Amino acid sequence: MPRKTTPRQDLTRGVWRENPVLIQMLGLCPALAVTNTVVNAIAMGLATFFVLFFSSLLVATFKRLIPSEVRISAYILIIATFVTIVDMTLEAVVPEIHKALGAFIALIVVNCIILGRQEAFASKNTVPRALLDAVGTGFGFIIALLLMGGIREIFGYGSFLGFPLFGANYEPWIIFILPPGGFFTIGFILLALNWWQRRQEERAKAAELAEVAVGRAA
Amino acid sequence: MSPRKLPQAPQKGAEVSAWRLLATLGGAGALAGFLLVFVYQVTQPAIQAYKAKVLRESIQEVLKGPARWDTLYVLDDALTPAPPADANLATLERVFLGYDEAGDPMGFAITGAEPGYQDIIELIFGYDAESQLVLGMKVLSMKETPGLGDKIEKDSAFVAEFEGVSTPIAGVKPTRATGAANEVDMISGATISSRTVIAIINHKLERLGPMLQRYMEERT
Amino acid sequence: MSRPRFLVTASPHLRGPATTPTIMWNVVGSLVPIILAATFYFGIGALLVIGSATAGAMLTEALFGRKGSLGDGSAAITGLLLGLILPPGFPLWMAFIGGVVSIAFGKLIFGGLGQNIFNPALLGRAFLQAAFPVAITTWVEPRGGWLTLPAQMTSVPFMGAGDVDVVTSATPLGLWKFERIGTELWNLMVGHIGGSLGETSGLLIIVCGGYLALRNFLNWRIPISIFISVAVLSGLLHLIDASRYPSPLFMLFSGGLMLGAWFMATDMVTSPVTNKGCWVFGAGVGALVVIIRAWGGMPEGVMYAILLMNALVPYINEWTQPKVFGTRLTEAPS
Repeated sequence: MPRKTTPRQDLTRGVWRENPVLIQMLGLCPALAVTNTVVNAIAMGLATFFVLFFSSLLVATFKRLIPSEVRISAYILIIATFVTIVDMTLEAVVPEIHKALGAFIALIVVNCIILGRQEAFASKNTVPRALLDAVGTGFGFIIALLLMGGIREIFGYGSFLGFPLFGANYEPWIIFILPPGGFFTIGFILLALNWWQRRQEERAKAAELAEVAVGRAA
Repeated sequence: MSPRKLPQAPQKGAEVSAWRLLATLGGAGALAGFLLVFVYQVTQPAIQAYKAKVLRESIQEVLKGPARWDTLYVLDDALTPAPPADANLATLERVFLGYDEAGDPMGFAITGAEPGYQDIIELIFGYDAESQLVLGMKVLSMKETPGLGDKIEKDSAFVAEFEGVSTPIAGVKPTRATGAANEVDMISGATISSRTVIAIINHKLERLGPMLQRYMEERT
Repeated sequence: MSRPRFLVTASPHLRGPATTPTIMWNVVGSLVPIILAATFYFGIGALLVIGSATAGAMLTEALFGRKGSLGDGSAAITGLLLGLILPPGFPLWMAFIGGVVSIAFGKLIFGGLGQNIFNPALLGRAFLQAAFPVAITTWVEPRGGWLTLPAQMTSVPFMGAGDVDVVTSATPLGLWKFERIGTELWNLMVGHIGGSLGETSGLLIIVCGGYLALRNFLNWRIPISIFISVAVLSGLLHLIDASRYPSPLFMLFSGGLMLGAWFMATDMVTSPVTNKGCWVFGAGVGALVVIIRAWGGMPEGVMYAILLMNALVPYINEWTQPKVFGTRLTEAPS
């Protein structure tokens, strides 16, 4: 069993400090594939959020009834059910977005963020805490996708949420809406994130050393 | 068979019977099935309505506003409005024959798909079997390069080239156009995408053209 | 790359006169005639495009590279080569960005000179090809006027030029691929054709590349094996169906093959270290060029051919490692 965490930590952990995409590097397939516009990123994020939330709810509720020998199959069954519900609902309500996301809706089934949270958290914790964890992780996923979608839409179309930012004459960087642009963008984001994190650590270390020095002097 | 009726979770390390595993998965599967059937029932009308709307709008566009149309099925090298009852309608190739207000035929709307530069290009076009002219073309789905290949859908000048062009169509560079009735100016820089659009129409008509003509002759 | 504290090699040791800067600045010198030819064919704009790409590359090296690495000349070569494989009339700001991407993502991100896997200039070109596919396939007619600059060339950074009419011409490879129109061989050889700035005059490139090969600044086995492989494969195809596959001479002198074979495939960092490996590498590049040109979606394939083979270089080095003298060919069974 991992170290006990507070409910507050359950909720906030997945949003940033253990962000599923940016820190844990999970769920990269949808994060790279369907984030070429902000709208697609939001739709994908919400769909995954929905599946994650209800899968965690069911898994945490029925965890005592699922024999551990078949738990993975049972989790996948639960996840696949909700994915199919999302798939049909999106097709009925917002067919244009459903067309843009294509097969990647169905592929939420194999998104390791969802199965990972079931196996690592929901199956071992109470229902409310599993839900807090699902909400946090789901938000973290949405944030990561929004970041990707925002950068790629601004460069690739010169717009944000469909509103042109730079006038009609903007020369779009087509590469950002193509698959290579996904890799470039996530590379940029991770580069910036790691650089920032390292700087923070160095500063903390320097502050600590200074404190020790002050302590010795005193 | 609901999971609630099952016995409580066994003690750790205890042998779990195969029956229990089967029952759990079977029960969960059955529940999932019921849920999905319900969602399917609820969402299907909207999905079908959208598909019908897309089809209606594209037929309207390529046939220039028919009052109504018939669906014809391709069966044994001939067109038939009423296929035998045992035929699977979903797998049969379809064409649509549009009529104007007076009930006179305006032309056929035909769908086709072939691989383009990036992925399959799917389109629908209108065709008059008597004069052998293409009436209009609309791309239904494609993933060509944005800003270049996607002009086959977004460049209205290119789309307009297909209105009234005679068949078989020949794609030419704009600088080499001779003004012949079957020429379509290709998009410079997007030769492969433009070619595919032309090829889809030519290939379809090569195969279906005689059938369409025969159907129109037998009709009168 | 930090300088290793001990150099462990077998004796005897000889210190050659050629240092990295000597070789690099010799390469720069050998590019000068090609740049002049580009200016002759495409006007003053050619100098501006090449200059912008070089400025982008050198500025990036100066800002983010190791101290003093600008002086070894490798950033200048990358910039010049990138400029030479861009179309005439290419927007200057895009050329500049290409230079930045070449150095930043083609070289520095791997750790600087000697650490990169891919040829930086080609990587920059590949980025530009994916980012601005329209601009990079707009081929301006050669000799449109010596001092005239096409409107899209001087467009404001990040902006297109809107709808401007430029006199464009297809490249010989494009003409062949899409319309099956051949080009006169002599025009092809001297460079009186549409195409990227520096790749039009095949004969001149042979002279400049030959100079470097004679001075042993590039491994002649690489260009020669590329030419043999292209000539043999395209010759076979030409014999099978001459109406579909062009002649070997056309294949050799069209597109970026000459420039790529002499100046980019031979990049010391991204080509094999063994002579046997160089033959394998060159044959692979040639085969890929023929395959992409004959059956690919694009008319030209030299860039992707070299980049793909670059990725295989570590394996080629491993396969062609010479046996150490005195060791058995096979392990004796114990």
